[in-house]
Amino acid sequence: MTFMTDRKRAVGLGSAKSGTAHHWQMTLSSVGLLILVPLFVFTFGPILGGSWEEVTAYYAQPLPAVIAGLTLAVGFLHFRNGCQVLIEDYTDGVARKALIVAVTCLSWGAAALGLLGIVRLAL
Amino acid sequence: MADVNRGNRPLSPHLSIYRPQLTSITSILTRITGNALIVAALLIVWWFVAASVSAEAFATADAVLTGWFGDLVLFLSVLALWYHSLAGLRHLYWDTGRGMDIETAEKLGWACIGGSVVLTVLTVLVV
Repeated sequence: MTFMTDRKRAVGLGSAKSGTAHHWQMTLSSVGLLILVPLFVFTFGPILGGSWEEVTAYYAQPLPAVIAGLTLAVGFLHFRNGCQVLIEDYTDGVARKALIVAVTCLSWGAAALGLLGIVRLAL
Repeated sequence: MADVNRGNRPLSPHLSIYRPQLTSITSILTRITGNALIVAALLIVWWFVAASVSAEAFATADAVLTGWFGDLVLFLSVLALWYHSLAGLRHLYWDTGRGMDIETAEKLGWACIGGSVVLTVLTVLVV
């Protein structure tokens, strides 16, 4: 026999006052990507297959470089948040935490490398 | 009365009991396509970094991206990208509280599938 009441059991399990932030981030980044993805596909696509000279000259222009940089930055943020939901759905405990840390490291690492590459090409 | 039958209740039917439906398949595809795009994303990051380092590094990365492996990954990724974009658009529409009935949801599902194929063909033709 325990003396826990329904109210006592429920206290603290409700909204953490931050649960909607993740969903809102996904909404914002998805709208951003709806704009960026077509721009990226039709700027990156045609130059892929070009020579090194052509590619470096192309990405020395501001517009293609900014489109590529923003697409990678927003894309990896969106991936980090989306992949976190995937992990939370199928794992729990230490594995869940470790995988979320790993995906976060991968996302930030890849975004940083990609941005560095694009900035070097652009400057 | 707080502890009556807690933790020993029947579970509601889960995935294994349901016949696959368009709504569930298109939802699962959204997750698969979104997460699978990491492969192409990492290849493209490699391509940008290599291009910024040297002509030799670029030649290696470019050979992978424009070779048969890169062609296959990027073609499937374009399809996944358009599908995921349309499915995301569908989610934004649902978020407004519209289109939640089964008939509309199934129509939107077919629109995602058909639309992504059309956009992929268009992309291959243009790019």
